[in-house]
Amino acid sequence: MTALAITGARVIDPASGLDRHTDIWVHDGRIAALGTRPPGLPAPEPIDATGLVVAPGLVDLCARLREPGETHKGTIASESAAALAGGITTLCCPPDTQPPLDNPATVELVRTRAETAASAHVFPVGALTRGLEGSYLAPLRALAAAGCVAVGQAGRALRDTHVLRSALEYASTLGLTVMLPPADASLSRGCAHAGVMATRLGLAPIPAAAETAELERILALAVDTGARVHVGRLSTAGAVDLLRAARERGTPVSADVAAHQLHLTEQAVSGFNANAHLDPPLRCEADRRALRAGVADGTIGAICSDHQPHDADAKLAPFARTEPGLSGCETLLALALDLAHTGECDLATTLARVTCGPATAAGLTAGRLEVGAAADLCLFAPDEVWTLSSADMKSQGRNTPFDGVELRGRVRATSVGGELAYRAC
Amino acid sequence: MIDGDVQFDANGRLRHCLTTEGLSGDQVREILDLAESFADVNDKSIKKVPLLRGHTVVNLFFETSTRTRSTFELAAKRLSADVLNIDVARSATTKGESLLDTIANLRAMQCELFVMRHPDSGAAHYVAGHVDEAVHVINAGDGQHAHPTQALLDVFTIRRHKPAFADLSVAIVGDLRHSRVARSQIHALRALGTRDIRVIGPRTLLPAAVESLGVTAHDDIDRGIADVDVIIMLRLQRERMEHALLPSEREYFAGWGLTPERLRRARPDAIVLHPGPTNRGVEIHSAVADGPQSVILEQVTNGIAVRMAVMALITGNAPGQPA
Repeated sequence: MTALAITGARVIDPASGLDRHTDIWVHDGRIAALGTRPPGLPAPEPIDATGLVVAPGLVDLCARLREPGETHKGTIASESAAALAGGITTLCCPPDTQPPLDNPATVELVRTRAETAASAHVFPVGALTRGLEGSYLAPLRALAAAGCVAVGQAGRALRDTHVLRSALEYASTLGLTVMLPPADASLSRGCAHAGVMATRLGLAPIPAAAETAELERILALAVDTGARVHVGRLSTAGAVDLLRAARERGTPVSADVAAHQLHLTEQAVSGFNANAHLDPPLRCEADRRALRAGVADGTIGAICSDHQPHDADAKLAPFARTEPGLSGCETLLALALDLAHTGECDLATTLARVTCGPATAAGLTAGRLEVGAAADLCLFAPDEVWTLSSADMKSQGRNTPFDGVELRGRVRATSVGGELAYRAC
Repeated sequence: MIDGDVQFDANGRLRHCLTTEGLSGDQVREILDLAESFADVNDKSIKKVPLLRGHTVVNLFFETSTRTRSTFELAAKRLSADVLNIDVARSATTKGESLLDTIANLRAMQCELFVMRHPDSGAAHYVAGHVDEAVHVINAGDGQHAHPTQALLDVFTIRRHKPAFADLSVAIVGDLRHSRVARSQIHALRALGTRDIRVIGPRTLLPAAVESLGVTAHDDIDRGIADVDVIIMLRLQRERMEHALLPSEREYFAGWGLTPERLRRARPDAIVLHPGPTNRGVEIHSAVADGPQSVILEQVTNGIAVRMAVMALITGNAPGQPA
C-alpha cells in the first residue's frame, strides 16, 4: 500500500487548469487529496518539494524500447528507466521491433516484459500492415484485444494508396487510432533535408514535399474514411499549415513533433555529425519556427521524444550509412520547457503538450493530476541549468546531438502509482 | 564549424586533404606554387625527387577509377614513396570488414598516407576523424561531396592560362547535383577570388539552394555561357536516365551539350575543361573536346604535379617546410 506526501510544490495539471502551490496526498497508488490531509489518511514522511513543479507524469507517444529483437541497442528495462529519468510515466512504443508488433504474441511479449521489467506504463502500438510492409492488413482486431493502444506504420510510409485507404476504413470500423508517418516513401530515400547543408555536403536530399505531399494524401483519406488519424513527428512549416487548415475544417487528425525538431536545424549536420542523422531530417530555421508556433497554438498537440537508442556501431560509419535517430527520453522535458522559458507558451500549455495532449491523442486517461487519478507524477526544477553528459544517461543508447549542451529544467523525481520510481541524486 | 576543420592540425597546417572548402586563397596558392615546381620534375628525363622516400602511400579505392588512381600512383612514385594499391572490390570489406578496421590493418603495416575514394559522402572525413596523428588522408572523391585534388588541378590548369581569378567568369555545366568535382571547384575558385561562377543545367541536375554555394544558377546554357572565360563540363552518368532525371542522352546533348556553335557564345579565348572521362556526344562534342580551346589533356598532366604537391605538403615534406 503506497502512501506519499509531497509538500510545498507548485502543482500544475494542464488538463483541469490547476496551477497553485499545494500539498499532494497519495494513498493506495492514487491521488487521495490536494491541499490538507484528509482525516484518517496515514501520514508518511513528506517529500519537501519547495521550489519544484509537480506535474502529471509525462506521456510519450513515440519511444522505442528495442525489444524484442534489438537488445544490443536497448531493452525494455533500460529504456523505461531512461523514460523515468526523463519524467515519463506512460509511453507508446511503435511497432518497428524485430519482429514487428504485427501479431498478438509479440504484443503480449512486450506487455509481459514491461510488467516485470518496467515501472513506466508501456502501451504498444500495433502494426497496421503485416510486417509493416504495406501490402496486407495486420490482424488489427486481435492486436487491439492484445492491448495495442493504436495501430500504425512506425516510420514506414505506405506506398499503395488502396492499402492505406482500406487500412483506415478497417481501423475506423474497430475504433482504432491510426498513427502514420507523413513521409512519402519515394521522396524520403535520402538522409538530409534538401537544403543548404545537403547541397554542401553532397548528401542525398529529402525535400520538404516528401512530408507535405504525403500529409495531403493522408488528410484526404482521413476525410474520406472518417478514421481517427494521428500524424507523427512533423518536420516542416508546410505540414503545420496543412494541419492547421485541416483541423479548422474539422478533420479528425492530431499530430506530434519530436522535441529535437523544435531546437535543431540542418546546421547540426555540419561536419557529417552522425548524431544529427535523424528521420525525418532536421530542416531549416523557418521550419523550426513554424513547428514551435504550431505547438504554441495547439495545431500540434503533443511533443514526443522519438526515442531511438542505438549501439555505438550504428553511428560509426560515413553519414549516410549510419542509422538515423537519437536517444531522446532524457531530454524531452528540458527541450519542451524551452517554449515556456522563451515565453512562446505559458508553462501549463507547455506541460499540456507532454501530458494530457499526447494522452488525448492516444485515447489514454493518463497525463492528468486529479483526485482519484493514479499518482503518476513528475517533479522537476523548472529553472535548474544542467549540462547533458551522454555518459551519464540511463538509456543504453548514448546517441544524442545534445551531449555537452546546457539545458534548463531538470527532472528531480518521478512517481509511478505513488512509488518513487526515479530520484535524481 | 566548417566541415574542413578536421583537415587542419592544431597549428592550422593542412594535415589531411579532404575538401577545398575552408581553404584560404593563400593555402590554395601555396599548393599551386609547389605544384609548379614539381611540374618541372615531370618534364625531366629522370622524373624523381626523394621527398617521400621511405613512406608508404596506400591507394584505397572503393570505387573504380583509372585516371585518378594512376596519377596518384605516379605522383607518389615520383616522390620516391612506396605505393600499395588496394583493390577493394576483392578485399576484406566485401567480407564485412568495417572501413575503420580496413584502415587499422593497413596502419598496422606501417602505412601512413591514405589516398581514399569511397562512394559515401563524408567517408574521408570519417576516417580522418578516427586515425592517429601520424596518418594523413587524401580524399580522392567521397560520394557527391568533394574531390579536392581534382579541383586543385583544375584551378592550376586555369591559372596557367588565366591567372587573374577575380576577373574571371566561369561556367560549370551539367550534373551539379551529383558532382563532387563541381562542389570542390566552386570552393577553390571562390578561395581564389572568383566572383562570377555560373552553374548551368536542367533543374533535375541542380541541387537544392545551389546559390548558397556562392554561384548563380542558369537552366539555359546559351545564356549561361555568354562571355565566360572558362567552361567546365561535367560528366553525365548513365544512371541519371534510370532515375527519371533526364529522358535521354540525346535530349541532354541537344539541350546542354557543348557544341562548337555554343562555344562561340563564350569569349573567343575561353578555355574548356572536363574532369574526364568524357562522354563524347553526350555532354561535349568531339570537335570541342579535341579543339584548340580544350585543355582536357593538360588537366591530366597537371594532375600529377598537383597530387605530388598535396602529398608533400600534408606530410610536412615539401621543400622549406619545418621538419
